[in-house]
Amino acid sequence: MPDAPPEPLAPPLAECQAGRVRLAGAWTVTALSAHGDPLPAGELPTCFDASALGALDTTGALLLVHAEGRCAGAVAWEGLRDEHAELLDLVRRHRHAAAPHADAASVGVLALLGRDTCRRLAEARDILAFLGEACVACWRALLLPHRLRLTPLLANVQRAGFEALPIVGLLSFLMGIVIAYQGGQQLRTYGASLFVVDLVTLTMLREMAVILTAIIVAGRTGSAYTAQIGTMRVTEEIDALRTIGIRPLDLLVVPKIFALVLVLPLLTVYADMMGVFGGMFIADLMFGVSFTEFLQRLEQVVSLRHFLVGVGKAPVFALLIALVGCYQGFKVSGGADAVGRQTTVSVVQAIFLVIVVDAAFSVLFSALRV
Amino acid sequence: MPDSASPRFAEVLVRVRGLRFSRGTRVIFDGIDLDIPRGRVTAIMGPSGTGKTTLLKLIGGQLRPQAGSVEIGGTAIHALSRSELFELRKGIGMLFQSGALFTGLSVFENVAFPLREHTRLPESLIRTLVLMKLESVGLRGARQLMPSELSGGMARRVALARAIALDPALIMYDEPFTGQDPISMGVLVKLIRLLNDALGMTSIVVSHDVKEAASIADYLYLISGGQVVAHGTPAELERADSDWVDQFMHGLPDGPVPFHYPAPAYADDLLGGAG
Repeated sequence: MPDAPPEPLAPPLAECQAGRVRLAGAWTVTALSAHGDPLPAGELPTCFDASALGALDTTGALLLVHAEGRCAGAVAWEGLRDEHAELLDLVRRHRHAAAPHADAASVGVLALLGRDTCRRLAEARDILAFLGEACVACWRALLLPHRLRLTPLLANVQRAGFEALPIVGLLSFLMGIVIAYQGGQQLRTYGASLFVVDLVTLTMLREMAVILTAIIVAGRTGSAYTAQIGTMRVTEEIDALRTIGIRPLDLLVVPKIFALVLVLPLLTVYADMMGVFGGMFIADLMFGVSFTEFLQRLEQVVSLRHFLVGVGKAPVFALLIALVGCYQGFKVSGGADAVGRQTTVSVVQAIFLVIVVDAAFSVLFSALRV
Repeated sequence: MPDSASPRFAEVLVRVRGLRFSRGTRVIFDGIDLDIPRGRVTAIMGPSGTGKTTLLKLIGGQLRPQAGSVEIGGTAIHALSRSELFELRKGIGMLFQSGALFTGLSVFENVAFPLREHTRLPESLIRTLVLMKLESVGLRGARQLMPSELSGGMARRVALARAIALDPALIMYDEPFTGQDPISMGVLVKLIRLLNDALGMTSIVVSHDVKEAASIADYLYLISGGQVVAHGTPAELERADSDWVDQFMHGLPDGPVPFHYPAPAYADDLLGGAG
């Protein structure tokens, strides 16, 4: 052992001289990554002189154990400190903890496809089960209306409905402008500018207003549902509710479903109005259709049926959004990162389902000639 | 071994027989028998990861076992309908590891929550009851605080006040001592014993803090590998001649319990073969 050990962060050195490797400096992960592996390539002599070796950690030890493997015979160590010898022994022991092979590393495309299909089917089944449970809970709440939780219901109505008015109004207004502008330009070439009224009102009332509102609500409220319930799962608040003897569904899901089913049709009516108003604005500004003409034409074109087709879809979308939001919240397990992941899934799934169901409605309505 | 599992106390409140539970392919409990004596503090101890929390959830009816039975006061809880189960749970308090306070409610409202939900008491009486419960855990002065403003030890005491709000006959503590400084640990130890004796409750404490658990428990169960490894009064277990019990009770790092968690072969992990 040298009298004064070299300072810890001296660069690691390995010199091959006269049939021995002289090791010096710090063989630690920081020093080695700064200076690189100092061992020369090729076969090494079988005598390692460690008398000048400063610090050694597992990384350095692993390199040295690897180096031993490159020697022709057994390595003789000289001047090795006791603690370094112990560390080398530890690394040697665990490096050779060899074992039978684990399962095949890569999986085929078919296996991945199958696994993914199974996962999605299981998820669909779980959502259905959740729908069933939620329906039972809602039914129970309707049978015993005095047990309906009024405060959370109203709080949800305010948050999902009232506070969404500005954004829903603005976006529908803009959507009305865009539709009127794009469609009106085509119509003008045929001198049929008045038909911009049909275009805007029918598109807004039947499709656009309700889809736009549903997407905004899925992003605003569905995600909030997932985050709230997910966080409560992480902090064990859901378990605490159960042990207090309260069904989490009654407290957390039923008011949300009722609130959203109530609020989404109302928001859709508001979006209808704002969208038509946006179209009216552009029709007057760009295509010379005055407000009076617009309203007269509107009366001829739009019947109650068109309005109901749009608004009638809203409760269904509301149910979808609330269900997916709550279901994904209950699926959170583990830590805070799961809340974020599940929130994303919730928004994507809700919007996806809304659009798929809307397509299904279109098919249904055209079959029924509504 | 049902009979040998019985502690020598007169009355048994919770009786667990032949309980089997597994998650996926991993068997967590493989035929467990427990008897929790009424009016006593029973500690269930075991190494981390033996499913002690799972056991509490099984007793509370939140999980369903694959086989075996759990009886509370003679009622087999897994045969109950859901509404009967929720009714039964009003008589069971539970203290969670994290406290699990409702983050949106103040300390006062947290403790008042079970009362408001399950009773139709007038507001003035609820207020008195809540203040009494808070007083018993020494936090009457903290009633307007929100859970985020509490220290870990205080949160656990508030949760304790909430758990005893409805004066349950049975209270279960999930790792009450974990992550507590010595002073709040001492406070909790004292509170658990005091509440048990003063309110005539039955307490189940799940813990791996041997010293604290042994100091308050009347009876101990040691669980490992899905089995009850040993049971007895703290004094009996202290003298037990089993290697395992000795290792656990005295905190020896190596012994019959391996140091390594079952893992893929070390070499494969290092070479990245498995991943």
